[in-house]
Amino acid sequence: MKIKNIIFYAILGILALLTLATLILIVGYLLINGLPHINMEFLTQDPKMMGKEGGIFTIIVGTIYVTLVAIIISTPIGIAAAVYYTEYAKEGIIVQIIRFFTEILAGIPSVIFGLFGFAFFVVFLGMGWSVISGGLTLAIMILPTLIRATEESLKTVPMSYREGSLSLGATKWQTIVKVIIPCCKNGILTGMILGIGRAIGETAAVMLTVGGALKLPTSLFDSTRTMSVHLYMLSSEGLSQEKTFATGALLIIIVLIINTTANFISSRLGGNNGN
Amino acid sequence: METKFKIKNLNLYYGNFQALMNIDMEIYENKITALIGPSGCGKSTFLRTLNRMNDLIPNVSIEGTIKLDNKDIYNKDYDLIELRKRVGMVFQKPNPFPKTIYDNIVYGPKIHGVKDKEKLDYIVERTLKEVALWDETKDRLHKSALGLSGGQQQRLCIARCLAVEPEVILMDEPTSALDPVSTSKIEGLLEELTEKYTIVIVTHNMQQAGRVSDYTSFFLNGKVIENDKTEVIFSNPKDKKTEDYITGRFG
Repeated sequence: MKIKNIIFYAILGILALLTLATLILIVGYLLINGLPHINMEFLTQDPKMMGKEGGIFTIIVGTIYVTLVAIIISTPIGIAAAVYYTEYAKEGIIVQIIRFFTEILAGIPSVIFGLFGFAFFVVFLGMGWSVISGGLTLAIMILPTLIRATEESLKTVPMSYREGSLSLGATKWQTIVKVIIPCCKNGILTGMILGIGRAIGETAAVMLTVGGALKLPTSLFDSTRTMSVHLYMLSSEGLSQEKTFATGALLIIIVLIINTTANFISSRLGGNNGN
Repeated sequence: METKFKIKNLNLYYGNFQALMNIDMEIYENKITALIGPSGCGKSTFLRTLNRMNDLIPNVSIEGTIKLDNKDIYNKDYDLIELRKRVGMVFQKPNPFPKTIYDNIVYGPKIHGVKDKEKLDYIVERTLKEVALWDETKDRLHKSALGLSGGQQQRLCIARCLAVEPEVILMDEPTSALDPVSTSKIEGLLEELTEKYTIVIVTHNMQQAGRVSDYTSFFLNGKVIENDKTEVIFSNPKDKKTEDYITGRFG
């Protein structure tokens, strides 16, 4: 019996270590190869010769634009949907169906979102390859993450807050806007950060909707390029090993920072102590 | 002595279960009415019919009439917001919002349209003084209300309720989660509040009912067994069941 236990623990331990080792290997490999090439020039200069020379300044700006558009569009929609589910909709067949489709939305491969965005925003609505087409596509893609995070946090708001507010003569709407949602701001923030993380790392959906222009985007209808797309282009066309790794390293640093922040917010600040 | 609430033939059902049976009662203005009885006897349910908090629970149906100043509060045309403004409530567990002390108190007035900063400041000071919390909190009005002790939180909840200037205050076992010192503070408060407000208090604690109330109603299994002046209920109950309960033979 004892030996069985020991063997079991050993196997589990090795598997856990393996997971950790893979992560460290990937991140470490990228950082070792990429970090030496990240410098002021790389961060502040425009790319030259298709990215072979120069920096990735316009690409960083493009990434920020697309991500911001996505999060600005999806946050209000996500909060509204979550509020509807938890506060208004009665548990029933309709809500279950909507929830089922939201779950499916979360599991669809991103390239499908890209294809949809290309057909609908880029071609049908005539927005072209642009920041706005990409932002809208990503907004749809990260919506389930936001809805889920907001919903979970709405559910933890104690009934006594609702009763307290209603007993003072507040309407349901006032209660939701002035008491319940403020209680959930950490949960909503966590959802937003996870959404941003997903949007920044996205490649296929962005490539099909934002395009790949290297110049600085000056309007929502300009095509641009995000870091993930740039990374893909650089490596698939074999333009520059150095720049590829530098971009990859920067990307992973950003994603790590975002995830750590999300973890910090959800664990340290907790769910409902909106003080 | 004016009648504030007049309840006639009130029946309440949770689905098929009848929680209140043929309740007739009058609640008098500027008096404290205590509702006593064992757990599950319907006293909290009854309390919550007076400001229609039971509306929040699905499958509740109500028969009979409850008149507040001679108007049926279950009439379709009765303004629910107005009712809850006139009939405030304090809950069993202190439930201040996770906001500052100041924002907790001005929440109600703001909702009802008070915007003037000076007026809001005045309301905060007035209500905190009314609940004897002003001296303890005047230097930390803009700190979170969750940093207060349980007793202070409950007094803040009473102040929050007073801020919308209700006529009636319903209290659902307001001291059951508090220590004896906080309890006696709140009991002392009740007496002062009756000068301006009508109070209905649910309590598990018989001594409390005896100490603070003018009238007492004894509930058992969804019925009102006896309903009279507090001293009569406690010294000379007419019903055997009331006597058994207040002498501690069951409950």
